[in-house]
Amino acid sequence: MATPMVLAEGVHKSFGRLEVLRGINLAVAPREVLCIVGPSGSGKSTFLRCINHLEKIDAGRLSVDGELVGYRQHGDKIYELPDREVCRKRAEIGMVFQRFNLFPHMTSLQNIMEAPMRVKGEPQKEVEQRGRALLARVGLADKVDVYPNQLSGGQQQRVAIARALAMQPKLMLFDEPTSALDPELVGDVLDVMRGLAQDGMTMVVVTHEMGFAREVGDSLVFMDGGVIVESGNPRDVLANPQHERTRSFLSKVL
Amino acid sequence: MSEPIVSSARSRPEAIQAIPLRHPWRWIAAVLVLALAAAALYTFAAAPGLDWRVVGQYLFFPQVLHGVLVTLELTAIAMAIGVALGALLAVMRLSPNPVVSTVSWFYIWFFRGTPVLVQLFFWYNLALILPHLSIGIPFTHIEWIGTTNQIISPFLAAILGLGLNEAAYMSEVVRAGIISVEQGQTEAAQALGMTRMRVMRRIVLPQAMRVILPPTGNETISMLKTSSLAYITTVNELFYVTTQISNANFSIVELLIVASIWYLAMTSLLTFGQYYLERYFARGASRQLPPTPLQRFRRLLFHFHDPPPVGPFEPLATSASHHDDRVM
Repeated sequence: MATPMVLAEGVHKSFGRLEVLRGINLAVAPREVLCIVGPSGSGKSTFLRCINHLEKIDAGRLSVDGELVGYRQHGDKIYELPDREVCRKRAEIGMVFQRFNLFPHMTSLQNIMEAPMRVKGEPQKEVEQRGRALLARVGLADKVDVYPNQLSGGQQQRVAIARALAMQPKLMLFDEPTSALDPELVGDVLDVMRGLAQDGMTMVVVTHEMGFAREVGDSLVFMDGGVIVESGNPRDVLANPQHERTRSFLSKVL
Repeated sequence: MSEPIVSSARSRPEAIQAIPLRHPWRWIAAVLVLALAAAALYTFAAAPGLDWRVVGQYLFFPQVLHGVLVTLELTAIAMAIGVALGALLAVMRLSPNPVVSTVSWFYIWFFRGTPVLVQLFFWYNLALILPHLSIGIPFTHIEWIGTTNQIISPFLAAILGLGLNEAAYMSEVVRAGIISVEQGQTEAAQALGMTRMRVMRRIVLPQAMRVILPPTGNETISMLKTSSLAYITTVNELFYVTTQISNANFSIVELLIVASIWYLAMTSLLTFGQYYLERYFARGASRQLPPTPLQRFRRLLFHFHDPPPVGPFEPLATSASHHDDRVM
């Protein structure tokens, strides 16, 4: 098997006394779409944020594309990485947030162009071309010069996806990308994500959209209380859950 | 069975042509206020001991005009120092580096905790405790020595006193602006691979400007007036000049009026400038820019009873909704 894109071994994370992650083990292969489901407070968003080091893990090992996240191992000692190195690794991972977090003082295109130009130092012309193409791809070619507050939630989220893709990431993280959207706007965002999956993007998706997980996901993980309760093929897990907790959760959301 | 109301949606009902509510008390209050203001103005203008010709004579006196320029210069330089150093101190204050944040804390503690008049006196009298100042590079022979009175001119003493004091206040203004920006903005920027400093410069500070600007305008106007304290360092600013003149001709109140007219004129100008600056930084934050003073005046005169103008964008129910769900 090739190097997994994401490899978690016994990942622990606490906020003060509260233990949010209590030993997470999983592997995501390149081009795989992993969906993480579970009740709120189960630690699924925290785990996602650990993958690009927005949160520091306390114990265990977490690596992306064969390299530790936030640390460097030399012999049996672990060294913290400097800010610059952490940033360089984050630049290779795209992230989409529940609340979009577009930069409100920039237009759609400026939102998309900011990081490729300033972080990667790519030439403006090239980045602008790519930015316009990405906006067209998410169905917003006519919203190039529009500020985020003039867009609907679904449109904002699609710009946010385009912004992450502009960095040409090798991995995309989605943190409940449709949870803040009105029901009729969810479909457009899911369509964009489905397209990404078909193009072979490696994706980790925290979601409550069981239909999406069943249809697009290659694998599914059910988390509760900071541990993985059950995992497997989404169609099997959703149709035929083995654990009581999975069954009771699914009976509430399906 | 009566016809449901909804079905009439096809033929749009005619617009409401209501007779506007009258506000007689507004008119009565306006007349009263005008009468009182006229009475006060008359009493003041006709005061027997006040010679308005002296006011007119000195209003455009060359020395006074020069004083106005010096006041503007002092304000501009001191505010520039205040804003630049203040922004730096604010970022330092929020730094994860404990040394850096403690230094900032002490600076603010000291300069905010002592009166600016005392600080001005201190810089002016620095020569009393340090007669010589030298600047040099350690372990080399490159050194520059001068007497303190040569280096710290009255103008520099005023600049240092006002500017360093202002930085302490501005840093708190900037810090308030920085922490007003939603945490998600920083996270989104970090997730794109931006370093801490770049996140601050490109994402957080531009958004913080909207919160920073109004109090900064306030500080600038305040500084314009506080700069009159620099008269104790014998800088030829407006208040010092008018005091010098009245010391010679004993027209004390007349020259205070001259100074007040100029201060009012300058602060009015600043208020105007601040308004347009705020409009600029409101882009992307409000769907419709507020009207300019001119637009507002025209509306007051010609469209008194019209409903307020409607914004160019229809309100969007989706994205804005969770920002607006305050408890009523």
